Amino acid sequence: MTAKSKDELLHDHNHDGVDRRGFLKCMAWAGTGAFCIMQGGVLKSYSMSQMAQMGGKVGKGELSFVQISDSHMGFNKAANPDVVGTLKTAIDKVNALSTPAEFMLHTGDISHLSKPEEFDTVDQILKGATPKDIFYVPGEHDMLNDDGKQYLERYGKNTKGAGWYSFDKKGVHFIGLVNVLNLKAGGLGTLGHDQLEWMEDDVKHLKSSTPIVVFAHIPLWSVYPEWGWGTEDSAQALAYLKKFGSVTVLNGHIHQTMQKVEGNVTFHTAASTAFPQPEPGKAPSPGPMKVPAEQLKSVLGITDVNYVHGQHALAVVDSSLA
Amino acid sequence: MRRIVSTAVLFATTFGVAFAGLRAGERNISAAAQQKPDATEVKIDNFSFGPAELKVSVGTTVTWTNRDDIPHTAVSTDKTFKSKVLDTDEKFSFTFSKPGTYEYFCSIHPKMTGKVVVQ
Ligand SMILES: [Cu+2]
Repeated sequence: MTAKSKDELLHDHNHDGVDRRGFLKCMAWAGTGAFCIMQGGVLKSYSMSQMAQMGGKVGKGELSFVQISDSHMGFNKAANPDVVGTLKTAIDKVNALSTPAEFMLHTGDISHLSKPEEFDTVDQILKGATPKDIFYVPGEHDMLNDDGKQYLERYGKNTKGAGWYSFDKKGVHFIGLVNVLNLKAGGLGTLGHDQLEWMEDDVKHLKSSTPIVVFAHIPLWSVYPEWGWGTEDSAQALAYLKKFGSVTVLNGHIHQTMQKVEGNVTFHTAASTAFPQPEPGKAPSPGPMKVPAEQLKSVLGITDVNYVHGQHALAVVDSSLA
Repeated sequence: MRRIVSTAVLFATTFGVAFAGLRAGERNISAAAQQKPDATEVKIDNFSFGPAELKVSVGTTVTWTNRDDIPHTAVSTDKTFKSKVLDTDEKFSFTFSKPGTYEYFCSIHPKMTGKVVVQ
């Protein structure tokens, strides 16, 4: 600890959870390939160059998986006329990871307009991924027109209700939630009574030492309610997870990486593989953001997650497609 | 040679200015039309309905046009009307045959709300 370089940040958050300045720096790096890790209640950030020096020591664990999000197949506007190409690049990245991913999570907005051919195209591209198991949750763009009937037929086998489910991998308990249905005028994303009740029951018998990963499309924390970037009944869901020592929440929807630590919970949003959206409040609307063509791949990305047994939390690494 | 080129440039410039002037005029006319209380167009721009509140008389047909790069819908909270998903430049029309206040929202982006008052 004596030879700490200036690129490394240590944030002690015994009191309010987060060191604001350090957290913002961690966020700023995320788009350009940063690495943020929770170790024993301390959030540490490293630049990618430091990671290389460390020889990949951090990030190797017993369970390694990848999150991709917001592929928006069918989108063809100026912000990215080639979402097929960028999704393929994302899958190339996944296949090239030094620690192979055992499976993938897709956190929704698979398609842009819920068209069968859009889902077909994504399915075809994902067949080229090394990890063969893919776990999905729907985005609002996947459940247009039919309240999710088509989505459930394609991706919802063995799920409950509108598509929620849980599973276990090497001692980690995963919970996939649906918060894009039955949206009310003026409201945010919503989980609803039935799903919350199912979730309470699902975690009741788990030991508090079980690491939990919750994944859903719309953020389960209040990122920016003015743009609908939050879930109105997420507090109830998180209340069921209070007893657990390690909870990691993975979301998409906002097409940019963000991270927040609150007590035992680490919240993280993944980049899109299709197009970026503006930072909260930095544009008149959250619509697709056009960046110069040569910069596009630097604002799209994948998220790599590693779990080391016995360590406090999971390590979440964003890397861009550039 | 040189003179011909510059004449051509001059011509193009003059034409360009004249054309720009015409377009500006057109815009003014449509802006004036939008301000009339009986306007029957709702434009969806930047994740908002414009105008957000519209007053029309019974029998009026209102048309919504999505001008965003992202799909939207217009769905009334009491289920009186429900558009299909509108991709860029797609339209939805509904004729209001009964007086009342119709609140509506985008079912994909519920933060987007609007109102049609039918008298
Ligand atoms: Cu919308």
